[in-house]
Amino acid sequence: MKVELNLYASFKRYLPEKSSGNSSIVEVEEGTRVRELIVRMGIAPEAPKVIFLNGVHAQGDEVLKDGDRVGAFPPVAGG
Amino acid sequence: MKILRINVGAEGGPKASEGPMGAYEGLGGRALTSALVSKEVPPLCHPLGADNKLVIAPGLLSGTIAAASGRVSVGCKSPLTGGVKEANSGGQPSQMLARLGYGAIVLEGKPKEEKIYKVFINKDGVKITPDNSLKSLGNYDVAEKMKKEYGEKISCISIGQAGEMKMSAASIAFTDMELRPTRHAGRGGVGAVMGAKGVKVIVLDDAGMGMRAPKDPQKFAEANKKFVEGLKKHPVTGEGLPAYGTNVLTNVINEAGAYPTKNFMWGRFPNCQKISGETQAQTETARGGLATHGCHRGCTIQCSGTYMDKDGHYLTKQPEYETVWALGGNCEIDDLDAIAMLDRLCDDYGLDTIEMGAAIGVAMEAGLAKFGDSQAAINLLKEVGKGTPMGRILGNGAAITGKVLGVERVPVVKGQALPAYDPRGIQGIGVTYATSTQGADHTAGYAVATNIMKVGGFVDPLKPEGQVELSRNLQIATAAIDSTGMCLFIAFAIMDQPDTFQALLDMLNAFYGLTLNADGVTELGKSILKNERAFNIQAGLTAQHDRLPEFFKKELLPPHNLTFQVTDQDLDKVFNW
Repeated sequence: MKVELNLYASFKRYLPEKSSGNSSIVEVEEGTRVRELIVRMGIAPEAPKVIFLNGVHAQGDEVLKDGDRVGAFPPVAGG
Repeated sequence: MKILRINVGAEGGPKASEGPMGAYEGLGGRALTSALVSKEVPPLCHPLGADNKLVIAPGLLSGTIAAASGRVSVGCKSPLTGGVKEANSGGQPSQMLARLGYGAIVLEGKPKEEKIYKVFINKDGVKITPDNSLKSLGNYDVAEKMKKEYGEKISCISIGQAGEMKMSAASIAFTDMELRPTRHAGRGGVGAVMGAKGVKVIVLDDAGMGMRAPKDPQKFAEANKKFVEGLKKHPVTGEGLPAYGTNVLTNVINEAGAYPTKNFMWGRFPNCQKISGETQAQTETARGGLATHGCHRGCTIQCSGTYMDKDGHYLTKQPEYETVWALGGNCEIDDLDAIAMLDRLCDDYGLDTIEMGAAIGVAMEAGLAKFGDSQAAINLLKEVGKGTPMGRILGNGAAITGKVLGVERVPVVKGQALPAYDPRGIQGIGVTYATSTQGADHTAGYAVATNIMKVGGFVDPLKPEGQVELSRNLQIATAAIDSTGMCLFIAFAIMDQPDTFQALLDMLNAFYGLTLNADGVTELGKSILKNERAFNIQAGLTAQHDRLPEFFKKELLPPHNLTFQVTDQDLDKVFNW
């Protein structure tokens, strides 16, 4: 199944090469959890300060479904 | 410290007088501006009339070696909200004002003649001269002219055409380290009040003045060192803000589904990556600009930058997140160069970028221009600079624009435009928008930090629970920080790191010989809000003004398909402490 992975700020460099901007469609196996996907890209498990699953704050242990949208950020803020 | 008062209505032209701090001893920044306005300005006065006063006050730690202490507060009765106003800015003048020994400059009265004045302040005193050659100049030309006249080591506080025309969206510009008018006390129409006083520019020269001396220099230096270490250590103030600036939020808020798009119709902007902080930083660096740059000397966070045009020439400072949103996603504009041009025009005319973006968004909804048409937005903004009838409508803000053009979806509270976070997707910031003494203002109690970035804990942004308490505590803390002269971004570090908060207290205590603790900071914040609330109530603002526009309760915001869910009864509890 496919999910949309968005990696922002300093995480962008962990996206697959053919990605456009901050976004990539990635193939994942049934049963993959949110944090497993992020770690698989090379990001340290504790590095993301904020993870969104379909725009909602995620713990990381949620099981992915086809078409899900995942977003991960290092600690950033502005205002 | 002393207070400089300029009575612009004196016989024979404006007269300056200096006096002790008196009743305002020990106050700085917002604590001082709000105390003075609530004590000396009749709440029912006309904001552009003789009885309103414009107060410009550096913070308690401005002019010292303390890092990030160069913020300045501008206070008055707001022509936009009809209530009290404190608009905050960076730039060089705060440090210079404090080093020159001024706790505040107060412009009062009403000019007797149709003249335009410049005020020059240095170690020898104050000189006020009429200079009609400054009439109708933009802030960039004013700064250039002052540089030729007084040299490069000055800083300027000025208004552009919008302030002269007394528009309710007019800002006051504060020059940066390069003597460019890029930092603004943006909100609430403070520029119109300066225009009503007939003062075009205040020029400061602090040559011959040293750093302000603390009561206990050694303890002060030690505390500042710890404070700087804390700012460097925290990933937001040490890495995120320097690398990407405030615009890193475009992707964050969009991902959260709370990015107000197309005049608050949607919570996500499909083209947001074209205008994100990451793209902006990359563009700046590729064109020879800077992606990391301070708005004033002594700032260690350095969240700003410089934006060059396609040919590598300076166009404007790095547009902030709120600007990129207001004049970008809010108008469905996805062109960074056009947004940078709009930012430049706002700085030059002296306009609040948030208010202008919201006004143009409302005008687009009315069909005056197509959403996404950046050239049309530039043309509309130029009308504001020229003062055409349409320009004057837009320049008086989103509420006036909506009324004139018959638009229902007008995102304002107390007449002031909502910034870059939809309160249906971030419920906590909605409480601040609704209840702040300032009108809709994200900086008044930045619940986004806790709702979205998990700074200072976590409160679920999509639920009403816990938001009132969060906003209340942040509004109190913010009022106190706004009095220190410290940049509000230090909050990210002091909310997460108790030792950095202690270092800030130690600095204040070592400087003034105080024994301030956390409770004292809370009391200071509460006393400021109390002054501001009392003024607003007497000015005619009621609980019914502490509400979001109706559409936030009725229209669902995709992708979460939520309305604003905090009840009116709960909003009325924000100031019950």
